[in-house]
Amino acid sequence: MTALAQLGSGTPATGSPPPARPGRHRLLPYLLLLPGAAWLVLFFVVPLAQLAAASLYDPTGSLSTGYVLTWAFGNYPEALQAYAPQFARSFGYAGAALVLALLLGYPLAYAIAQKAGRWKNLLLVCVVAPMFTSFLVRTLAWKTILSDNGVLVGLLRDVHLLGPDGRLLATPVAVVLGLTYNFLPFLVLPLYASLERLDHRLLEAAGDLYAGPLHAFRTVTLPLSMPGLIAGTLLFFIPATGDYINAELLGTPNEYMIGNVIDSAFLVRLDYPQGAALSFLLMAAILAVVFVYLRRAGTEDVL
Amino acid sequence: MRTPLRPLTRRGLLTGTLGSAALLATGGSLTGCGTKAATQTEAGCTSDDLSATEKTLAFSNWPQYMDVDDKDAAKRPSLDAFVAASGIKVTYTEDINDNNEFFGKVQNQLAGCQSTGRDIIVLTDWMAARMIRLGWIQKLDPAKLPNVAANLLPSLRGRSFDQENRVAIPWQSGLAGLAYNGSVTGEIRTVNELLTRSDLKGKVTALSEMRDTMGLLLQSNGHDPSNFTAAQFDDALVKLRKAVESKHIRRFTGNDYAPDLAKGDIAACVGWSGDVIQLAGDNPKIRFVAPDSGVMLFSDNMLVPNKATHRGNAEALIDYYYQPAVAAKLAAYVNYICPVKGAQAEMEKIDPELAANPLIFPDDALLAKSKVFMALDEKQEKEYESRFQQVIGA
Repeated sequence: MTALAQLGSGTPATGSPPPARPGRHRLLPYLLLLPGAAWLVLFFVVPLAQLAAASLYDPTGSLSTGYVLTWAFGNYPEALQAYAPQFARSFGYAGAALVLALLLGYPLAYAIAQKAGRWKNLLLVCVVAPMFTSFLVRTLAWKTILSDNGVLVGLLRDVHLLGPDGRLLATPVAVVLGLTYNFLPFLVLPLYASLERLDHRLLEAAGDLYAGPLHAFRTVTLPLSMPGLIAGTLLFFIPATGDYINAELLGTPNEYMIGNVIDSAFLVRLDYPQGAALSFLLMAAILAVVFVYLRRAGTEDVL
Repeated sequence: MRTPLRPLTRRGLLTGTLGSAALLATGGSLTGCGTKAATQTEAGCTSDDLSATEKTLAFSNWPQYMDVDDKDAAKRPSLDAFVAASGIKVTYTEDINDNNEFFGKVQNQLAGCQSTGRDIIVLTDWMAARMIRLGWIQKLDPAKLPNVAANLLPSLRGRSFDQENRVAIPWQSGLAGLAYNGSVTGEIRTVNELLTRSDLKGKVTALSEMRDTMGLLLQSNGHDPSNFTAAQFDDALVKLRKAVESKHIRRFTGNDYAPDLAKGDIAACVGWSGDVIQLAGDNPKIRFVAPDSGVMLFSDNMLVPNKATHRGNAEALIDYYYQPAVAAKLAAYVNYICPVKGAQAEMEKIDPELAANPLIFPDDALLAKSKVFMALDEKQEKEYESRFQQVIGA
């Protein structure tokens, strides 16, 4: 409704000539938005509202008695208190994975965009190709790679990076490695898109002005790749925080993240109010982190 | 030419969207003031039986729970024989992987008394009990199940959630006990050994199925899982917590412990008899152990959900699988405990070795130490499950 009201009164007084058939033309953008908006309302806004309501149900309700909406805001602090460690772990692991992914992904994206020459397309395919297999299968493959009796662990034991009984599987390291691997393409592709457009002449100019390679990177390459970097980190960090497959398959109960708790609240414990409250807390926490990040990164353009 | 588009600014769009979203959200939560009870009654949710005119049946089961022809994976000998004899066309789907997951899949339909599109579903005891408690399952006609009446094993009759044996008929049964890989570690005899022996540290898994893991622990404490108190449950939980916190237990699993045990990533675990027999086929050093303190007996049951329109056809199929010869054919393939009396004699003809296997045809000694987990009401279930989940990390 608000949107329609806006439509009627929102013509700015810039003095441009009135269009021939203003009514139809002004409607056009809204008509174009309609299919997408309807889709989002039906499959995003409505379920979200339902979830919000569920998070405020009376927690003593059950499947056989039904749930009553009692605006039980107490569900939120209770859920947070019970599962604070898993929350902290989610952000810790996702953060660690992001750092690792940046160290791997930035040079990779740069190399593909600037140095790969005719191999560029092939390398891009290599980045994307793993996405053709299912997420689950890829994570299961990591179980084999990190397996106690596998080559990797044997090698690490031989060079004494791991003790004789040391292992990778079922440790936080495995979960972070899994997260890094599974979401890396989401970071690399936007970065690649930004770096690919980087104008070489700017770097030459920086050199002409006596900037060393490091200085040139900091003042030219990095700022110009910022949009890709920001989009990439968000695309990486948000799903990584909510992920529960890696913790489930590569970790132990001591590595469980908040996604595992939400999964169990809905499917095993049938505690719908708590599951819904946890989902909203996770969403709020991610939004807060993203908001602060975007402010600090200084790109209003993304919002 | 840009003027016509001017009215749609970012600010305008954002306020518009947020405004409508907020409106919808309040509207949504006000209209959806809570949820109705999910319970159905026999009178309130009646189902038609169209079996007389429609010779079809939709059967949903777990993967690898049906005999398959050695040469042609698309052929299922026992099921194909049923189709040929009865003229009932069976749509067989392996779409049940996990009790909780499947519950999540069908709960909205069943809570609203709508069809799930399935005529037979196969679920484990406790989930069957929950669905029966919610009134979601149709009663079968005992007159149409003479083979079941004659051949169902005595230990599986009159279970708490189905006193008259006419709602949940066992498809296969199995034991939850211990298993170890002999090429990685020495023999294991007891639950305490599994949870404390130092050479197993970090190489042990347990089942995320509460009733199996906790049932074994209760028994190892000398308590009876079919009749225990909250304090006894807590005792067992303390024991489990210790093993989790000292990182002795590596993970809690569903069926997925099997490949890890085979690879030797885990040395020992709490596992299911049928899986272990199948693993032992490839590596004889993998063994199933029924600890002296006791094992857990569970069944997966055939249920006809509300609004399934082919109850009569379902009864025909259920009764067919209770013929000893058919049951033996099935058991020879799936290696779980066969719930059909007389199948052992039939199995002699197929494979004498399997007929002598106590994990398929348990002897009295084994049956005497196998227990079924206590039936829980909704409140107990939620409470125990929450406490267990907290220990296993979720």
